[in-house]
Amino acid sequence: MKIETLVEDVGVKLLQLAVTKLPQDVKESLQQAYREEENGAGKTQLEAILKNIDLAEKTSTPMCQDTGVIIFYIKAGAQTQNLDKIEKALSKATIRATKEVPLRPNAVNPFTQKNSGDNTGRYVPFIHWEIVSGNTIEITVLPKGGGSENVCSLGMISPGTGVKGLKNFVIDTVMNAGAKPCPPNILGVAVGGGADIAMKLAKEALLRPLNEPNPDPELAKLETELYDAANMTGIGPMGLGGKFTVLGVKVDYAHRHPASYPVAVAFQCWAARRASARIHADGTVEYLTHKVM
Amino acid sequence: MATYKLNTPISEEEIRNLQVNDVIYISGTMFTARDQAHRRALELYKEGKKPPLEMEGLAVFHCGPIVRKEQDKWMIVAAGPTTSTRMELFEDEFIKNFKVRVVVGKGGMGPKTTDAMKQYGAVYGAFTGGAAVLAAKAVKNVKSVEWFDLGMPEALWILEVEDFGPLTVAIDAHGNNLFKDVQEKVEENKQKIYQKLGV
Repeated sequence: MKIETLVEDVGVKLLQLAVTKLPQDVKESLQQAYREEENGAGKTQLEAILKNIDLAEKTSTPMCQDTGVIIFYIKAGAQTQNLDKIEKALSKATIRATKEVPLRPNAVNPFTQKNSGDNTGRYVPFIHWEIVSGNTIEITVLPKGGGSENVCSLGMISPGTGVKGLKNFVIDTVMNAGAKPCPPNILGVAVGGGADIAMKLAKEALLRPLNEPNPDPELAKLETELYDAANMTGIGPMGLGGKFTVLGVKVDYAHRHPASYPVAVAFQCWAARRASARIHADGTVEYLTHKVM
Repeated sequence: MATYKLNTPISEEEIRNLQVNDVIYISGTMFTARDQAHRRALELYKEGKKPPLEMEGLAVFHCGPIVRKEQDKWMIVAAGPTTSTRMELFEDEFIKNFKVRVVVGKGGMGPKTTDAMKQYGAVYGAFTGGAAVLAAKAVKNVKSVEWFDLGMPEALWILEVEDFGPLTVAIDAHGNNLFKDVQEKVEENKQKIYQKLGV
């Protein structure tokens, strides 16, 4: 099979898996939140979320009507041939998935307000490339909903305030967001790099499974500290009150300019949809986030 | 916090009996209305004309559904709630003029709606954001569609529902607003959190 056909088929499958079935780590985290939530209204919301996920999975229907804007992350082995064919193939996959799954058309021209109708357009789907050693191609899709995207925030805070300033900015951002990003959320937090790099890293941090703490013990500690603080706000599931405002916090960083301290906070709604697959040189496909029969 | 099953048309008395944090399930007739449908209904009312549906005792759902036509029958594919604050502009007049008893949406509503609910007897039922499959499952039948010229999401979809919920009563007919209470609590918790983080 030609690489472009294979990538297109894998792309469609990844989109279908992502919007109909949550990865196991997210599901388990929501189940745990349901067991431990003490606020009645919050618990009712979590129960509805779990029922909805179950129904979506059983009927192969998108779990939320907002199937997001489509973003791909690719780790391309340097020895792989025909990498220039991948972008086109994933665009085709998006058009097909929009019809077949179906996905809601979510690509709108910001000047004419015209919806393309098939989830493709200028820079959509967006592809983040990383060249790695080897001869496999790893593709991850992140369908990103609009409600949680609208409260993402970037702070160019004073370097003098340092980590204290970072903590302050993150918790203020969570409190300002309130019910809007459909909590319980996952927070991606990144510091340094520059405005664009901080936000890119923050969003990419959302891809790290909830049951994988940060490999850096200091950052793992910061993640726990921010998690506890966010859950002290009392916002709770869907902003109706309770102790689960977030399911997890994922931190990343880049070295910074001496004069700059960019802090980015990316929000993910409870429908934390993502799916990954690895395509081997012999054409076999290994699905990494979902069981595929 | 108690659980109630309500059948439309819902009486003012049944609504006055509810308190914030109660959970309700609705059976009967429910219709969708977003910004455009609210505006058009109120314009008709001003002109002394009637909207195409007797709304008294019914539930209005802030929702732009995905609907599919199979043969000659409309089927709801996904019907999650949209953000209700956009309708804050219209909802007090809407409740006053049409006597809807339940407003269903996500994210809560403001003081104008809270006051109208107290005065005329209505509640706000918060439905889980994104829970589109759960909502679609409770829709047994699409009775009709009006104002289709507004487009699929903005049209007035008249739905027959069975045990639509769970809806958390987040604004009751006594002036209580759960979203406002939570916001106030968050504000109260702020200093404690700052202290814990050492900021």
